[in-house]
Amino acid sequence: MNKIITILKKEWAEVFKNRMVLFSVVFLPLLLTAIPLVILFTMRGDNAVMQSAEMPEQVNALCAPDMSGGECFQVYMVSQFMLMFMILPLAIPASISAYSIVGEKTSRTLEPLLATPITTLQLLVAKGLAALLPAMLATYAAFGIFALGARLMISNPAMYSAIVDIRWLAAVFLVGPLLALVSVNFSVIVSSRVTDPRVAEQLTALLIVPLLAIFFGQMAGLFVLNRNLILVGTAFLLLIDIILIFLSTQIFERETILTRWK
Amino acid sequence: MILAEDLSKHFDSTIAVDGLDLQVSQGEVFGFLGPNGAGKTTTVRMLTSLIAPTRGRAVVNGYTVGQQDTQIRRTVGVLTETPGLYDNLSAEYNLRIFARLYEVKDVHGQVEKYLRMLGLWDRRFEPTATFSKGMKQKLAIARALLHEPPILFLDEPTAALDPESAHLVRDFIAELRREGRTIFLCTHNLDEADRLCDRIGVFKTRLLVVDSPERLRRQVFGRKVVFHLRAVDTGLVELVSALPYVDDAQSVDQRLLVTVDDPEAHNPEIVRLLVGAGADIQFVGELRHSLEDVYLRLVKNG
Repeated sequence: MNKIITILKKEWAEVFKNRMVLFSVVFLPLLLTAIPLVILFTMRGDNAVMQSAEMPEQVNALCAPDMSGGECFQVYMVSQFMLMFMILPLAIPASISAYSIVGEKTSRTLEPLLATPITTLQLLVAKGLAALLPAMLATYAAFGIFALGARLMISNPAMYSAIVDIRWLAAVFLVGPLLALVSVNFSVIVSSRVTDPRVAEQLTALLIVPLLAIFFGQMAGLFVLNRNLILVGTAFLLLIDIILIFLSTQIFERETILTRWK
Repeated sequence: MILAEDLSKHFDSTIAVDGLDLQVSQGEVFGFLGPNGAGKTTTVRMLTSLIAPTRGRAVVNGYTVGQQDTQIRRTVGVLTETPGLYDNLSAEYNLRIFARLYEVKDVHGQVEKYLRMLGLWDRRFEPTATFSKGMKQKLAIARALLHEPPILFLDEPTAALDPESAHLVRDFIAELRREGRTIFLCTHNLDEADRLCDRIGVFKTRLLVVDSPERLRRQVFGRKVVFHLRAVDTGLVELVSALPYVDDAQSVDQRLLVTVDDPEAHNPEIVRLLVGAGADIQFVGELRHSLEDVYLRLVKNG
């Protein structure tokens, strides 16, 4: 455990001196929190936009009995951007772990590290936690700020409950960590297999693509992220995580990394 | 302390190390010489359990490579080809990380001991990015010693250092030798190997020779005695050549160069013979070939 904590502290001391990583951990959550809050702020009091009967089915699906048509529409608009909170657990660990593993190699610090009695599992757990914990902390903080901001701007409790509902709480607290785990393990796998650090970083960035597809799919009205869809997604991510954890521990070979990387 | 038997490493179709047989005793400084790409670093990586051998076996400090890797890593110190320091972190923090990973009990004490010993104490809070190459190398050496390993693997410890820093590092290695540590030294610096090593092994995918620098000199070039004379004539050369124990005699400038197996036994007789023949002897000495000459001959023929 001491070795894991030692690596964890070292990672944070090292990684957070990198401006790009700092940007992704601090600025990105602030930006993604600001977007739905700005939407709420600009649309507040706009209750007469349309009546419930005139609204598309996906908007009506988010309506509670005590909400006006305008409030339903606000909930719908904000819901589109709630997916942005799912970008954080994907993007932050990818940015940290790509730097922490690739960075070790490019600065040639990996060999002295691997020459110590640390086990591969300890190293991977430490590197994983170093990427996962700030990501989750940033995600929870961002969601907390959003929830607080929304509470201050929304006067109708029914509307507030429709936005900060069990769906998004499940997404942030259940799907978030699972997404972060996907990101960490994918980074480890990519870093272990490719021979060029730049390729590792680019491939890791591709993780955002499926999430963007869901975001635009929802925007286009192809589907609405409801409770069932989130539960199915959670189960799917759990399965993916188990497979990726297994693969990353199998693929992270000291020898391959030391001898194949340029 | 270090034993390798038929130790081999293949990378796909490339043979990096081929059937290395080697034994390094406790307290010995062993110089591992060879050209770039000869497989020296691969050998060190195998012996420090960083990579697995394709064939053969190795035992380091009583632990078998591939079976007791963690124990091996606990008992060896490794100085890699490049210092590999965390540039954004301070010298002191760099050492503290590794002291903890090496399970050092008195982390603070050991870190202080080596920072002071290598003259880095005053700059301990500075990021290593601000350090010179020599300082970085010294810090990397300190890192390898934090857990007081009985065996040290040093890969090019003085490469890219200025003469003063290189001298300091060499003195430090000599001090470690006096402490009785076993040192496996990979180097291109033949003068360094000559001065520090009890034995050297010349390596080019396989081990070409292993012996002490002195015996290698004799093995490759024989022993040559130089007689500095006031004047050398062909008569003196013929006189000496006729002696049964003289392998070769030739005159070079004002010197008579004589190759003999056992100069200690035969020099007095040669001196008497030359003086009797009227030669004025100014100096007598042994011609010492540099280790570089020996190395180049071996690698060329190897």
